[in-house]
Amino acid sequence: MPTDRYDAIIIGAGHNGLVCAAYLARAGCSVLALEAGKQVGGAAVTRAFAPGYSVSAGAHLAHSLAPRVIADLDLAAHGLRWAARDLNTIALAADGDHITLGAHTVAGRGLAGADCDAYPLFLKKYRRFAGILQGAFMQRPPRLAHRSLRDMAALARLAIKTRLLGRDLMRELLRTGAMNVYDVLQESFADELLQGALGMDAILGSDLAPRSPGTMLTWLYRLAGRWQGRGSGVAAPAGGMGAVTQALGRAAQAAGVEIRLETKVRRVLSDKNQAIGVETSGGAHIHSDIIVSNADPKTTFLELVGAPRLETGFARRIRNIRMQGKAAKLHLALDGLPAVTGLDDAQLGQRLLLAPDLNYIEAAFDQCKYGDSPARPVMEISIPTLHDPDLGPAGQHVLSAVIQYVPYRLRSGWDTAARDALKQAALTCLESCAPGISKQVTAWELLTPPDLEQEFLMHGGHWHHGELSLDRFMMLRPVPGAAQYATPLSGLYLCGAGSHPGGGVLGLPGRNAATEILRQLR
Amino acid sequence: MQKYDAIVIGAGHNGLTNAAYLAKSGLNVLALEKNPWIGGASVSRSLYPGWTYSNCSYVCSLFRPELYRDLELARHGLQVIPYEGGLTFMQNGDFFANYSDHERHYREIARHSRRDADAYLRYSADVMRQTRLIRPLLLRTPPDPTSFRPRDVLEMVHLLKTYWDLGEDILYDTMRFWTMSIGDFLDEYFENDVIKAHLAGSGIIGTALGVYSPGTAYVLLHHYMGDVDGSIGSWGFARGGMGAIAEALASALRGFGGELMTDAGVDKILVRNGRVRGVALENGDEHYADMVVSNLDPKRTFLGIMDADDLPEDLITRARNFKIRGSSGKLNIALDGMPTFHALPGGHELLKADAHFIDSLARMERAYDDWKNGAWSADPYLDTLIPSLVDPTMAPPGKHMMSIFVQYCPPKVGGAAWTDEQRDRFGQTVLDQIGQYSPDFKDLILHAEIRTPRELENEVGLTEGNIFQGELTMDQLLFNRPFPGYARYRGPVKGMYLCGSATHPGGGVMGAPGANAAREILHDLRRDNIVPAAVSDD
Repeated sequence: MPTDRYDAIIIGAGHNGLVCAAYLARAGCSVLALEAGKQVGGAAVTRAFAPGYSVSAGAHLAHSLAPRVIADLDLAAHGLRWAARDLNTIALAADGDHITLGAHTVAGRGLAGADCDAYPLFLKKYRRFAGILQGAFMQRPPRLAHRSLRDMAALARLAIKTRLLGRDLMRELLRTGAMNVYDVLQESFADELLQGALGMDAILGSDLAPRSPGTMLTWLYRLAGRWQGRGSGVAAPAGGMGAVTQALGRAAQAAGVEIRLETKVRRVLSDKNQAIGVETSGGAHIHSDIIVSNADPKTTFLELVGAPRLETGFARRIRNIRMQGKAAKLHLALDGLPAVTGLDDAQLGQRLLLAPDLNYIEAAFDQCKYGDSPARPVMEISIPTLHDPDLGPAGQHVLSAVIQYVPYRLRSGWDTAARDALKQAALTCLESCAPGISKQVTAWELLTPPDLEQEFLMHGGHWHHGELSLDRFMMLRPVPGAAQYATPLSGLYLCGAGSHPGGGVLGLPGRNAATEILRQLR
Repeated sequence: MQKYDAIVIGAGHNGLTNAAYLAKSGLNVLALEKNPWIGGASVSRSLYPGWTYSNCSYVCSLFRPELYRDLELARHGLQVIPYEGGLTFMQNGDFFANYSDHERHYREIARHSRRDADAYLRYSADVMRQTRLIRPLLLRTPPDPTSFRPRDVLEMVHLLKTYWDLGEDILYDTMRFWTMSIGDFLDEYFENDVIKAHLAGSGIIGTALGVYSPGTAYVLLHHYMGDVDGSIGSWGFARGGMGAIAEALASALRGFGGELMTDAGVDKILVRNGRVRGVALENGDEHYADMVVSNLDPKRTFLGIMDADDLPEDLITRARNFKIRGSSGKLNIALDGMPTFHALPGGHELLKADAHFIDSLARMERAYDDWKNGAWSADPYLDTLIPSLVDPTMAPPGKHMMSIFVQYCPPKVGGAAWTDEQRDRFGQTVLDQIGQYSPDFKDLILHAEIRTPRELENEVGLTEGNIFQGELTMDQLLFNRPFPGYARYRGPVKGMYLCGSATHPGGGVMGAPGANAAREILHDLRRDNIVPAAVSDD
């Protein structure tokens, strides 16, 4: 049996695994990253879905990659280019009276002056709150009731930052922080389309709906992840999201990381309570005292480590992580640019939302929670070929849509008929804004949550490696006892989206985990 | 006209508690009630000859034992009789019972799921721990975390230290408990649907949220933190109906020299030069006092009986945005005899328990969906009790009184005001659900009072008929209740106070908001505090 030895082994070369590997290697560690797939990237990859058409198969827009990671790892030097930056969000209306949401202004024919005036003030207020989150994102979450100077200092910093908001804003934060996005948007805006568009940011990839308490946190999470300078913070990388992870891969390799593709890890080897290496599905044992898992916490602990090697209470906590994806991906190959009533080509290239109002979103959720596919799905749409013609044949286009509220366990089962029905429901909704689009479709692919689970090896097909909610945030993410990246199994660390701060192509769980590992090595 | 030291608007249980303590302190107090009877939602009514209905609140647990003892309510005639157990009828003809006897309860759970019987031991220990953590907070004024006043800072430090000392694991459990949905919380312990459904009821009663809405685990805690005679989490009947609580408080108030006036609806709180000077009644009378305490909810208080000119603008916005959502209905029924149930032999002791007719979380969530869509639940969650089995004063011998609490019932139907015809159909929906499990129930009905949020609002004065005077969500709890900056019972005008369930610690026949407000008023008057502190359970 072949064996090798490394300072650290990373399980899974998704974006967080690569970030963690690169940081560790730059600090002088010998690092091996093992990836089950044929290319690095995890759920941030570009791949063909029909002959001649490529798409960002998982995440399809860069909302959140931390500028600090881009700068530290010099991703520009490793080939990261943006096809389009600071994309606006356009909320589609069937009658063509769309609303364009920018970083600081909102515009639309039917929009009342009061809403236009309220919008920048609203964002300004919540960006202050998001700023506090951003600070917390850059560090490991502090432990509570723990006698350590470091944790106390982190908590004190949070308290001081909150205090510095001033009395009125602090009260607003303490009031709205746990509220639902529905009530806050009802308090703030009159226009239903605008409410729907803002509400979407709270629920994408989540198992909550606008009326679920706690959705202000998920909304703030996304706002914080946009790291806005002057623009909206939403961007399309040249070459799709895979280009981000390819650049990360090159950065990691340049730092000395060895990446092995098509090498799936079967289990984490341990001796007593110390991780000593991994066993690949080929049976090879690779040794290292530090094992970093980019896999989600359920896969890591229940499959790679195994419940018998965990303390009962901890295993129970892991089992209780809610991890059933509610988002699907739909990829369409189009023989031409779809004609959306009231939008020109430049506008078509923005981030498009199909969520006419908050109750519409809520209704889709209500169907999904009982295991039904939504009759009228809500969607986030991107047409990447407008910025990046190389993704499809000349003159042809690719439409990528996140369909929110698609059950992992469909009551009727995910057979061909169910997939067709969901695709058809999505097309019908698209038709309402882009008449004739159905006839333009030459090929399509639908990735349901079980498909995402299978392709990206994410338990439950859950993007965020576990629900992001108040009870799974900061020191509670993924579970107490593993929230500071170290785990009860000595030498085993987590670096995936299941860890603080969470999902999205942030790169911060990877970076923070590396910081934590290096601190403990020293 | 005579000038009082303090006027309390609304003789509900909190208004009466507040007035009693102010009077006990030696103040000259007048409590005003718009109805010909007192009690607010803690009331006994005779609406059918020979029967007594607790026609709003119907069981007692949350009333603070410290106040009960201190005000000597037993001497004033209040007797709380615990009832035991719970019962959920299942669609398959079986039932799930909650026995107070531990061994028997374990066996009953094991009958449905072996695994859940063991999980229940962990569950009840964990929930009991949470009740012990919250009980000491009930008779304290929440500190304003944005304030630098010594009282607020000291209280913040005290609370942080108390929670810090719990240690890491319990602290994390507590944070999760306060932010989770009851459905998710129960899913972490149990596999069996009827067990989860039986326990989840307390997470949604009176609340415009579903079993899978985050925050409903706290609502369960809110229903578990009371006690009867020191048995935490137990519920009981006030002998003679819930009005007995109000009557005992009123008797205490009179005993301390306080005055009580019924048929005295308040039209306006009179304000001059930034301080209150009294109230004007709907009948034109004016009564004067340096202090006015409102037991009404903030919408009624600030948007109803106060002039907008007397209030800061942000307060009016806050009152408008205050979430006080009608989500419950009530049926009170006079029965010609004891109904029988398919699943239970006649005379079974479980008939004395609270009974429910919904056996899965999915059914409960669908009941909530109906409400979200502006309709009453087609398959509602019912909390049904027959107090006459325990308390013979409620109905003539051999006859019975049934109290049915209904979740969910919307404040408006499809956006339009309730009609009488709709109210009757709503009532029929409820009766039909019970009728599925009892062959003779419907035939025994002599009289049924059907109350939607419309009736509760019009009669009791609770906006939208919300039983808690405001949703129990994190944005409206503790220092946020009713609004940030106004959680210390003081109103925006000098001499004006709030003492209703819309203030900390919230709804339920608890008396704590009224007592806490009294403590703050006495503090402002520099009088000695006579309101008892929370007694430790340990």
